Amino acid sequence: MPKLTIDGCPVEVPEGTSILKAARTIGVAIPTLCQMENVHAIGACRVCVVEVEGARSLAASCVMPVAEGMKIHTQTQRVREARKAVVELLLSEHDGDCQVCDRNDDCELQALANKLNVKIVPYPGVRTSGGIDDSTPGLVRDSGKCIKCRRCVSVCGQVQEVGALFPQFRGFKTVIGPAFGADLDKVACVQCGQCAAVCPVGAITEKSNIEEVWAALDDKSKTVVVQVAPAVRASLGECFGMAPGTLVTGKMVAALRRLKFDAVFDTNFTADLTIIEEGHELLHRLTTAVKDKGEVALPQFTSCSPGWIRYMEYFYPEMLPYLSTCKSPQQMFGALAKTYWAAKVGKKAEDIFVVSVMPCHAKKSESGRPEMTDSGVRDVDVALTTRELGRMIKQAGIDFERMPEESMDSLMGASTGAADIFANTGGVMEAALRTVWEVVTGRELPFLNLHVPPLMGLEGIKHAEVTIAGAVPAWSFLEGVTVKVAVASGLGNARKLVEKIKSGEASYHFVEIMTCPGGCIGGGGQPRTTTNEIRQKRLEAIYREDEGKKLRKSHENPEVAQIYAEFLGVPLGEKSHHLLHTEYAARARV
Amino acid sequence: MKSALLLKEVNKAKEVLPESVIRYIEDCASRKNPNSHLISVLHKVQDHFGYLAKEHMDAVSILMQIPSAKVTGVASFYHFFNFAPRGKHRVSLCMGTACFVKGAGKVLDKLKDHLGIDVGQTTEDRLFSIDVARCVGACALAPVMIVDEKVYAGVKPDQVAKILTEYGFEPRKAKK
Repeated sequence: MPKLTIDGCPVEVPEGTSILKAARTIGVAIPTLCQMENVHAIGACRVCVVEVEGARSLAASCVMPVAEGMKIHTQTQRVREARKAVVELLLSEHDGDCQVCDRNDDCELQALANKLNVKIVPYPGVRTSGGIDDSTPGLVRDSGKCIKCRRCVSVCGQVQEVGALFPQFRGFKTVIGPAFGADLDKVACVQCGQCAAVCPVGAITEKSNIEEVWAALDDKSKTVVVQVAPAVRASLGECFGMAPGTLVTGKMVAALRRLKFDAVFDTNFTADLTIIEEGHELLHRLTTAVKDKGEVALPQFTSCSPGWIRYMEYFYPEMLPYLSTCKSPQQMFGALAKTYWAAKVGKKAEDIFVVSVMPCHAKKSESGRPEMTDSGVRDVDVALTTRELGRMIKQAGIDFERMPEESMDSLMGASTGAADIFANTGGVMEAALRTVWEVVTGRELPFLNLHVPPLMGLEGIKHAEVTIAGAVPAWSFLEGVTVKVAVASGLGNARKLVEKIKSGEASYHFVEIMTCPGGCIGGGGQPRTTTNEIRQKRLEAIYREDEGKKLRKSHENPEVAQIYAEFLGVPLGEKSHHLLHTEYAARARV
Repeated sequence: MKSALLLKEVNKAKEVLPESVIRYIEDCASRKNPNSHLISVLHKVQDHFGYLAKEHMDAVSILMQIPSAKVTGVASFYHFFNFAPRGKHRVSLCMGTACFVKGAGKVLDKLKDHLGIDVGQTTEDRLFSIDVARCVGACALAPVMIVDEKVYAGVKPDQVAKILTEYGFEPRKAKK
């Protein structure tokens, strides 16, 4: 291991460690802007420069590996001035409009300028040419604010393997965007919003729907209901300075009531319902394959994550029959709120306004899909991100931390722990196994605390196998069958898994895919900036929420039992087919 | 296992590009790091068509399985690639330091004036296009103008029209 000194302190770190990382081990936080932990270090922005004794020029510490005997200085006058000059130059081009920018409270460039004591921008001159692209339902690109750090390019191209964004042209004229300067709606963008999640400035943000929600809340003729996705309860607190991983379910419900929503419901309710429908769909496919020896598309892929759906439609249209036909919990909720619940409260579908709060940009796009109107009108009127809800709560002057703990309204508000874990990579699979196992064997899933350890954690691709033993008579043909499952999060990992399945290298019965790394807890619409450390804390919080519940299996949800008894009939029945299932279409990429 | 849509995209792409380029792309696919041949593929496409059109780059994107944003990103980074048809005769004027000092700027003004187009553009009759080069390495001959392969040395502004007429320039007709 090389030995060196940083600011006079001796440091010993493994070969290949960057100076940036080495400095952190002794408590020196070198500022960065373009760098993204575990994704990219490209030395583009030069904010992280340090002085290495004997070297002619300053070194970018994010890309320079340590070497034996190095003497590094991180806070000389030369370093301070260089860093400051870098930020001054960035600001001289940046068409910022800080006061009215979406990132006013959490802009990394603004914070850096403050940290480095930048007081004036001494370089007047041409600013980056603007151009707003608001062509898609989920995202707005404002090129004038772009500082060309290329985080979005790396996350779109390497992490998600979508490749919708790339630097076009060169030098000062460089624009980060799709081919031919096209808008995002003209290219194969899946709307995952990971670009917006990593953008250090306001160059890529969600398309805000806050005003539509205020208007609906003010409209006396509308009954406005809200549903909240499982992942939001483990992250919303971050909008108010609470520690990552703080569970805020009760406070969130109270705040939503103060915002004057007529009913506060839980997407968890339809997550439990999804498990019933999707679990039976899986059993149906297994029956065809194992008992009837028929042709059937296996593995079955989960369909909760709308970025993944679009990814399949663009990149693997031949695999669409493998997708579960179940709508996502958000869309199941919308369809049921405007039919089942509407009838219960004596309202018409068109008088109900459904708002959802999601950790996601793709949910905005999903809610606008033309086929998502099975209630007769648009099933989900507006999808907000976690960040937008945080903003509304602030705008309303609600002191979030002082909110009491309240619970969701009934009929579409009850949920089990199985629904909570939909937020985590591996969670939908675990929830499905808890129910499917019990349907087939009549006994509880034989894992400690109902968790399936190989499916837990932030790893990108995970696998598990369970061999069915003691099947009840109705499912005796599954006795001894080893059910193989796989889980992937992040579309690049999804692609790797799909390629293995296509080539025959791997075979599974059921595969869970979540678009964003770590699952919905790492969604594009979550409070910024999401690091692996923060993902881990949210993940643990969600498992705590699950473990804290009395009911932890979807089929035990009393309101789910009630809706089958009073409205839906049986899983995969005619009503379900009409309201809870959907179909997909291949999309041309260019 | 390929969907009908993907096959349709691939077949459409194959109709756009010449056989030689398609074979080259297929050959690259069997090599290590097939994507690293993008620039040479683009060179071949431009050699064939004289420029890179949207449909050409879309076809390259489909056949090489590289996102179209990356294909256009790479193409627009290098000055060598152009996105509009070039003229039959390509007039390059050196604007390197020596040529510039010796009056290349004035030669360029005259050239633009005669042809009625700007740098990077092509006359309406597709006969001429203008490019500027940064030092062609013939400083002793400054200012240097190159038409197609032929080098003209020590060019004065009032010689430009005469040189162009060698290539079919008719003063009134060429104006845009």
